[in-house]
Amino acid sequence: MTTHVLIRVGARSVRFRRRVAWVLLALAAAAVVLAGIGLMLGDYGISPGQVLAALTGGGDDRLAAYFVREVRLPRVVTALVVGAALGVAGSLFQNVTANPLGSPDIIGFTTGAATGALVQIIVLGSDTGSVAIGAVLGGLGTALVVHLLTRPHGLTGQRLVLVGIGVGATLTAVDKLLVVRASLVTAQTAAQWLAGSLNAVLWPRATVALVAVALLIGAAFALARPLQLLTLGDDTARAVGVPAQRVRTLAVLVAVGLVSIATAATGPIAFVALAAPQVSRRLAGTPTSGVAGPALTGAVLVLGSDLLAQRLLAPTELAVGVVTGALGGVYLIGLLALEWRRR
Amino acid sequence: MPNRERRLGLLLLGLVLLVVAAALSLSIGSHHVPLGRVWRLLLDPDSSYDATVLREMRLPRTVAGIAVGAALGLAGALMQSLTRNPLADPGILGINAGASLFVVAAVAIVGVSGIWFYLWFAFLGAAVAAVGVYLLAGTSGQTATPARLALAGIAVSAALAAITQTVILADQEAFNEFRFWVAGSLEGRGWPVLEAVAPFLVVGVVVALAVGPALNALSLGDDAGRALGVRLVRTRALAMLAVTLLCGAATAAVGPIGFVGLAVPMLARALVGHDQRWVALMCLVLGPVWVLLADVLARVVVGSQETQVGIVAALLGAPVFIAVVRRRKVPAL
Repeated sequence: MTTHVLIRVGARSVRFRRRVAWVLLALAAAAVVLAGIGLMLGDYGISPGQVLAALTGGGDDRLAAYFVREVRLPRVVTALVVGAALGVAGSLFQNVTANPLGSPDIIGFTTGAATGALVQIIVLGSDTGSVAIGAVLGGLGTALVVHLLTRPHGLTGQRLVLVGIGVGATLTAVDKLLVVRASLVTAQTAAQWLAGSLNAVLWPRATVALVAVALLIGAAFALARPLQLLTLGDDTARAVGVPAQRVRTLAVLVAVGLVSIATAATGPIAFVALAAPQVSRRLAGTPTSGVAGPALTGAVLVLGSDLLAQRLLAPTELAVGVVTGALGGVYLIGLLALEWRRR
Repeated sequence: MPNRERRLGLLLLGLVLLVVAAALSLSIGSHHVPLGRVWRLLLDPDSSYDATVLREMRLPRTVAGIAVGAALGLAGALMQSLTRNPLADPGILGINAGASLFVVAAVAIVGVSGIWFYLWFAFLGAAVAAVGVYLLAGTSGQTATPARLALAGIAVSAALAAITQTVILADQEAFNEFRFWVAGSLEGRGWPVLEAVAPFLVVGVVVALAVGPALNALSLGDDAGRALGVRLVRTRALAMLAVTLLCGAATAAVGPIGFVGLAVPMLARALVGHDQRWVALMCLVLGPVWVLLADVLARVVVGSQETQVGIVAALLGAPVFIAVVRRRKVPAL
């Protein structure tokens, strides 16, 4: 077969369609190139050679080494990790809900995670470590509420999207309430965070996000095949031994976890979870989106948007969530216009 | 179908509610003025502190609440009828987002200045967003369908909100000035602001009431409406004009307030049936009640400090939205 690529490691093997393999390679290459640019660019310009030297531990420019290793690398790593998390979460949700609009930023889970984190920041006045706990609790709580509200019909269909939009709107009001009630300094911090920002992300936060997201994406890979089988219909899936309801619940839990971790690290970054699975699906020309494609697409989207956010109005740094929001909005507009013109 | 007497009775009941809400709005706040004293001071103002509070703060605030509530309720009723979509709302169709963006951008570029200046930008923004959403929804040359309008509105308002956020974050001064405005606040909206927006609101209300019969005919479908002699394009354009005037003026005056335009027409329709003329009248009464009560709640809900009416309105309105989409069959988004 020439249309497929087989990768074998010991007894395990992965098979890709050739186009999918090329797309994944290209996305990975794009991520590496963007990461390199991210390490070089900034108010203190650093040449590629210096970056390499700093990464490998050599180099005589102490300042360059500091900037690369302690300031820019955690930021780049966080961008990649958060992007991957959002992409995979979006893919899981869209698979479970069988609806391209059923992504966590539309149905309110991202806002829920943000509310949880805001309560931690403003009401309890905690540091960044425990913000993650608040975000996860907020995300899971929102998932539970949406689940209860849509219960007789399950997590599918238009009703889920609409109920989710309503829950999201309520939580947005709560978020605003929290911001307005805070003092100006806290409010500015909280607003900056609410916009989704990678500014001033250092190693502690990056490491937490990296480990947690790596674990959850592993779980997502494990769920990929059962989820794929679910697209054939619950009865067929059950016939080949896939417990439909449990797979869905697990997938939602993993996705909520990913969104919450990502939100805790950077604040809510809009539209990546919505767009990444769609973009990756279109690039690869496959009917469903899988895990690796959305992860890489999300990583490239967030990292690219962050570079734009840093340099667009330099020296003022924008929040990356603002860039993805604007890009995502325009993307959605374009998508709608294109689709409606074709019909 | 409710008969005429019942509808009149409901309308009167609404008016009574409005009077009660206005009285509460005049009386309750960080400085409490007893209701009896409010009444005496309104008839015969003296130079006491109570009178000053009433004249300088409570009265303009209450009037602003009435004007904005009526405008948003009516605009929502128009849009729901126009798009035949129970989920249409100035917030959902991107009109508030457009007005906000243009106001914030104008303030960031030119600097802070009076209502007369940014009012025009609010209209421009509302109109640009409305036309943009309408054009996007009608891309393929057919008329814009309800489902497309809603989706296009969500996409456009998401993009606009992100850009507004950019401007606010990039400009500290504008942020401080607009921290309260972007959340929607009736506080500190003095008489000058109200005088500036009043003429536009009046024109908007008149146009909105005038297209009621045509919208009634259109509720049977475009073809049936055309057969009944409704000119589709003109009716839609007039309704859009009214929506732009009402939403633009309301947003310029107090900032974006969501879900009033969603919840109030729904309530009105549940009470008086589907006749657009009655729905519009009912919205003119219930919209102010909704906003005034939200504002009173906003003053007392979190202890001594005030919050913004827009936040409370969303907290009250979003659950209505959820209840509706849970219960009813909504046209596919």
